Amino acid sequence: MTDDLLAANEPVAGTSLWRNAWRRLLRNRLAVFGMIVVVVVALASIIGPTLISKWTGYTYDLIPSDAGLTKSFAPFRGPAGQFSWAHPMGTDNAGRDMLARVLSGGQISLLVGFIATLMSLVIGVSYGAVAGYLGGRIDDLMMRIVDVIYSLPYVIIVIVLLALLPAKTPLGQLTELLFALGAVSWLSMARIVRGQIISLRNQEFVLAARATGVSTPKIIFRHLVPNALGPVIVYATLTIPTVMLGEAFLSFLGLGIRAPRVSWGSLAAEGAQNLAVYPWQLIFPGVTMALMLFSLNFLGDGLRDALDPQTRKD
Amino acid sequence: MLRFIIRRVVVIIPVLFIVITLTWALVRLAPGNFYTSEKKLAAGIERNLREKYGLNQPWYIQYGKILKNIARLDFGNSLKYEGQSVNQILWRALPVSVALGLSAYVLALIVGITMGTLSALKPNSWIDYSSMTLAMLGISVPNFVLGPLLVLIFSLTLFWFPPALWDGFPSLSVVLPAVTLSGIYIAYIARLTRSEMLGIMRSDYIRTARAKGLSEFQVVTRHALRGSLLPVVSFTGPELAFLITGAVVVEKVFALPGIGNYFINACFNRDEPLIIGIVAFFAITVLVFNLLVDIAYGFIDPRIRYS
Repeated sequence: MTDDLLAANEPVAGTSLWRNAWRRLLRNRLAVFGMIVVVVVALASIIGPTLISKWTGYTYDLIPSDAGLTKSFAPFRGPAGQFSWAHPMGTDNAGRDMLARVLSGGQISLLVGFIATLMSLVIGVSYGAVAGYLGGRIDDLMMRIVDVIYSLPYVIIVIVLLALLPAKTPLGQLTELLFALGAVSWLSMARIVRGQIISLRNQEFVLAARATGVSTPKIIFRHLVPNALGPVIVYATLTIPTVMLGEAFLSFLGLGIRAPRVSWGSLAAEGAQNLAVYPWQLIFPGVTMALMLFSLNFLGDGLRDALDPQTRKD
Repeated sequence: MLRFIIRRVVVIIPVLFIVITLTWALVRLAPGNFYTSEKKLAAGIERNLREKYGLNQPWYIQYGKILKNIARLDFGNSLKYEGQSVNQILWRALPVSVALGLSAYVLALIVGITMGTLSALKPNSWIDYSSMTLAMLGISVPNFVLGPLLVLIFSLTLFWFPPALWDGFPSLSVVLPAVTLSGIYIAYIARLTRSEMLGIMRSDYIRTARAKGLSEFQVVTRHALRGSLLPVVSFTGPELAFLITGAVVVEKVFALPGIGNYFINACFNRDEPLIIGIVAFFAITVLVFNLLVDIAYGFIDPRIRYS
């Protein structure tokens, strides 16, 4: 995203806001660490399951069946019950390779995280920008709606919805989850954008745009929104881990992703059940997920410090 | 002030109405019902059961009855737990959820404020880095991972605490669930306290307190902490409602007989009166807490005016 913006601002390069921010971000070691982990885990999740199934010849769901494994049904770490490089993360109850399952779980978790964040970005930015620019009664009404949705015991309604109307197909489950998570994640985004727009709308460049006859939608989306992008990017980065956590929470309760598809949440739920005997079934998906969220949060914090040096926490 | 309260109470009623209607419509419109199961009931038995619970009446009569019952705070009888009213179940489960939520809240306040203060007093020291990394871990490790991991370490390996059991409130069985539930709040409070304290330590009245000859300890506890606590407490107020209602996962991980656990089971069992009863209970709790917190702001911080 930052790259796009860099390109868009090419003419003023040199000491542009984005270039400075990028330099500050690179100086923040934790944020760089976060960025690297996010990229590595995302890449591994995207190509990992395909690679593993190519090497072993099984789809992710049916992986290993070492001759030794198929005989005894109980989970192993390797053929002899100890660590083996054939299954670095061990296997699950049915003898399936945990590494492959964690990576394909990552596909779903990341997909849900990014799409729901994109939804919150589109809805939240347009809603907040329109409310903030128009102001007055319309603003009051629009923000009152946000307040009401915000005050609903939303998680509870989602649980009821997902428990009573379970989708049949994997695609349906994904869509259901995305709607459930996207439906609220835009609220804070709308508030943030509205605040930004209100502080911008009385500035001279807006007056100039209006004086030259630019239409209202164009003022909002061409002139105001790009100027509010800093906080939007920061908040979007921090929305991804929140949404992923929401997805994992629902899948953990058995309401989100269902077998044979897996996500980090549903893997953790499976692992929690076999905790006493096969702790690695919880530890690997759980730690992978925590690492990913940890890195995304650090990246978001780093972006905030880079884009808005005034609010830096020393 | 009074007008503000009245206006807020008036808003609560339609919101509650929307939530209950939405839930009821969902429960009704979703295919299947409580009696749909692998084992088919004999037609006569199902008819008698439906008659007993009033499920054979037209939908508008049932809906009206539900609204009337909720207005009287009586949610009828559970379908799954035969012979028990929803109110009995709520009263039995409530103490568990409240004990868990309150202990998590107190723990989060104590640990979070201590961590935040220590790291603000020595910014960029090892203490600051380690407690802020710990806070970030608290935000990033989901409670359904943290809970089982704590069980693995402290129950199954060290045998310090019971893994899944409820022994009443002051008992060892509260410790692990409360720690699990408070993890993310400790993290938020620590980060908030740190940034508040950093600002306050630079302010003039702290310099005055130092100039007056107070020891650093007194400066921090008497002056700085007091100023930084206000935003922290006002942030955690609304969260208190979520600590009590949002413990669904923690109660499930530790198999505690709290409201969250009953709620999930009711959803999967399609126990309609219990679902609607718990949803209404959750909604009332959250809305009333939000109102109380908004009123409390006015008392804590006189700068806030309601117009």
